[in-house]
Amino acid sequence: MMKNIGKINNPYNDDKDFDGCSLFGMMNLEGKRFSARDPIRAIANMHERGNGLGGGFAAYGIYPEHQDDYAFHIMYLSKEAKEKTDKLLRENFEVLHDEEIPTRTANVRDPPLVWRYFVQPIKQRLEGQSEEDYVIAQVMRINTETGKAFVFSSGKNMGVFKGVGYPEDIADFFRLDEYEGYLWTCHGRFPTNTPGWWGGAHPFNILDWTVVHNGELSSYGINRRYLEMYGYKCTMRTDTEVLAYAVDLLMRRQRLPVEIVAKIFAAPLWSEIDAMEPKKQQLLKALRQTYGSLLMNGPFSIIIAHHGEMIGLTDRIKLRPLIAGTRDNFLYLSSEEAAIRLVSPTLDRVWYPRGGEPVVGKLGERPTIEVLAYREEKVK
Amino acid sequence: MKTYLLPEYIVERDAERCIRCKVCVNQCTYDTHYYDAEDDVIRSRDENCVNCQRCVTFCPTHAITIRKNPNAYRENSNWTWETFRDIKKQSETSGVILTGMGCDKPHFTYWDRLLLNASQVTNPSIDPLREPMEIRTYLGAKPDALEMELENGDVVLKTQLTPQLCLETPIMFSAMSYGAISLNVQEALARAATECGTYFNSGEGGLHKSLYKYGSHAIVQVASGRFGVHPEYLDVATAVEIKIGQGAKPGIGGHLPGEKVTEDVARVRMIPPGTDALSPAPQHDIYSIEDLRQLIYAIKEATNYTKPVSVKIAAVHNSAAIASGMVRAGADIIALDGVRGATGAAPKVIRDNVGIPIELAIAQVDQRLREEGIRNKASIVAAGGIRSSADVVKAIALGADAVSIATAALVAIGCTICQRCYTGKCPWGIATSDPWISKRVNPEIASERLANLLRAWSFEIKEMMGGMGINAIESLRGNRLALRGVGLTDTELKILGVKMAGE
Repeated sequence: MMKNIGKINNPYNDDKDFDGCSLFGMMNLEGKRFSARDPIRAIANMHERGNGLGGGFAAYGIYPEHQDDYAFHIMYLSKEAKEKTDKLLRENFEVLHDEEIPTRTANVRDPPLVWRYFVQPIKQRLEGQSEEDYVIAQVMRINTETGKAFVFSSGKNMGVFKGVGYPEDIADFFRLDEYEGYLWTCHGRFPTNTPGWWGGAHPFNILDWTVVHNGELSSYGINRRYLEMYGYKCTMRTDTEVLAYAVDLLMRRQRLPVEIVAKIFAAPLWSEIDAMEPKKQQLLKALRQTYGSLLMNGPFSIIIAHHGEMIGLTDRIKLRPLIAGTRDNFLYLSSEEAAIRLVSPTLDRVWYPRGGEPVVGKLGERPTIEVLAYREEKVK
Repeated sequence: MKTYLLPEYIVERDAERCIRCKVCVNQCTYDTHYYDAEDDVIRSRDENCVNCQRCVTFCPTHAITIRKNPNAYRENSNWTWETFRDIKKQSETSGVILTGMGCDKPHFTYWDRLLLNASQVTNPSIDPLREPMEIRTYLGAKPDALEMELENGDVVLKTQLTPQLCLETPIMFSAMSYGAISLNVQEALARAATECGTYFNSGEGGLHKSLYKYGSHAIVQVASGRFGVHPEYLDVATAVEIKIGQGAKPGIGGHLPGEKVTEDVARVRMIPPGTDALSPAPQHDIYSIEDLRQLIYAIKEATNYTKPVSVKIAAVHNSAAIASGMVRAGADIIALDGVRGATGAAPKVIRDNVGIPIELAIAQVDQRLREEGIRNKASIVAAGGIRSSADVVKAIALGADAVSIATAALVAIGCTICQRCYTGKCPWGIATSDPWISKRVNPEIASERLANLLRAWSFEIKEMMGGMGINAIESLRGNRLALRGVGLTDTELKILGVKMAGE
């Protein structure tokens, strides 16, 4: 069964998926919710960067009435899969509410049945695992055991909406104009070898973590083998999946601050490290020595998000574009400046982050570790 | 007893070109050439010639040609010239047939059946002439995760890494002992390693005091004979290697014939001059894995945990399981030496029949350590048959952290792989302790040749990495998607963990 997802997602058994893309991210740093209208307009403005074979959105703060429940978005390729999955879900979770995700007819190709569930893990079943690990294990189980069911969103008070089509058409299909969130990330895709599979579109998600990605990791082979050592099963055979798991390992499991994770994914050159003051040098050197296999080598720009944080990052020699802008309490990240200017013609600040330098938008006062010393482009 | 052995090579001398300068007479250490004053002509004893090409290289008028003896026994696929010679030799001497250098048989090389990838369109290749391209490598144990804390707004590292070796290029010089090679050659290796930011390895013959100043680029060996091991020896080096086995002769110890044990070699080895320095087959304090752990920690204690400890084994059938045990026993570096690895002296039957190709050993050890979740606990250094920068790149993509070279290094300073190192009469002045012959290697010129080779290979490695769109070597290490196989069976592909070309 495990093979199925990998095969569907990567039908030609290539080393990984190859695609080009457009990215857009928009966050209200005060946590005020806003409509999807602007993010949709912005990503639609970069139409030419995609080819209609994948579009998607991640939205945070959209389910305030269920803010403490895990919101599962599941796509089904068959009725039997839904029956099996429903049974599995009810065995392992308290299902508080479930419904078909509201859609409308739109210019998308072969939409599957999409359903959402608001659930709470059954406490007695955790058996010493953390709640998060339990949820991840159940998601992996559904994605691999039932065959034609795929959980594409599993966080609290957030949701991923994605599929085969241009992003504006995907938004139309999912009626995203009816949702409000404080953080939106968007993706338009230009795949070369994974057409037609709804689960293969971005964002990639686990718990409330999402990744949208433009690029192709030349280091995929070793990134994947390193993560396999820590129990991750790279079933999707895409480099975005590898990025998502790396984020999970470093940020969720090992609790490393985002500025440090940026230095792992896009490590400074040895010549730069050699010139640093001793304490910083010691840290950066140890990072490369220890986490060298997670250096994301080759072209990429990514937007990583989870509740309260949106992070933009490119590879260390910036082989893919990323532009940042701020206006009042909004932080914008985009593949092209035009998309930002479309929704906010005047900006307080707009800048091209250097390769490997993260742009981090943080919400209010959260108990995350701040590492100001290593943030050269601090968001105001 | 009349020998039935035919000369292997025939020396041809163009009488018109020969000017009787006697360079060949003086250069040949096997007394192949002699001057016949009566006829004013130089003659040759063909049976002495080993085809080392020393006389050919130095003949000022290019008068000499060495040919394989065209006389041959009746053709026979099973009974080759080599088989005939071996049997005739043994029937005349009752001896074990000795040889030098690595296995010369064609059937073990997987490098030539692995091809590399390059970027086209969907990701860009990188030009190392215009962009940074990093090949620095650190050898030693790495933690599972780093712990850090915030102090006054700064992240401070809490995890202390164990000692690491810093290589500016992922190529080291393999272990070659003083006695097996001359002091001049060892000095050249030490100097080139220092210049290029890598390491040479003392081998099991101790370290000459004159080389202590290169200690910051030295790995010293502790082998079964314990030759030359004393506190200062351990202190002066940057890493210590326990030698369990060698690719050219798995299962047996090092051999240095008494003829090569001069006063100086004897002093460094701490043995009487002229005695055979025969290392026992096993380390007699290591009969099991827990014994290895004791020796590893005895060395770590003795050096106050300031140096990584490497354990070198020959690549054999169960290398993966053995390596796993070594890592759990505390080895910081696993040095694997494949069946094509060279030696100064080994029984030919062992050299050519025992062990497995290094490619398969790297793939299996790397994979096993990953499956057990301990790949980060030790670095893998591969040796035994690395001939070019392409082999280096392929070894690293299969899963090695770095490689060691010895044959290629000796070829760089003159060696022609005539396979007669055990005689101690190396006409190129390399595998000898004879002070007169040793002078043929000038440490300054030899170290320049070695450094040139390392720089050239390093640049070629960067070119190949750039082509793949990779600008740091850690992204190549264990990245088997960079490789494809040609002419390999499904089983071979599976063991190597690579796909078929075109797949």
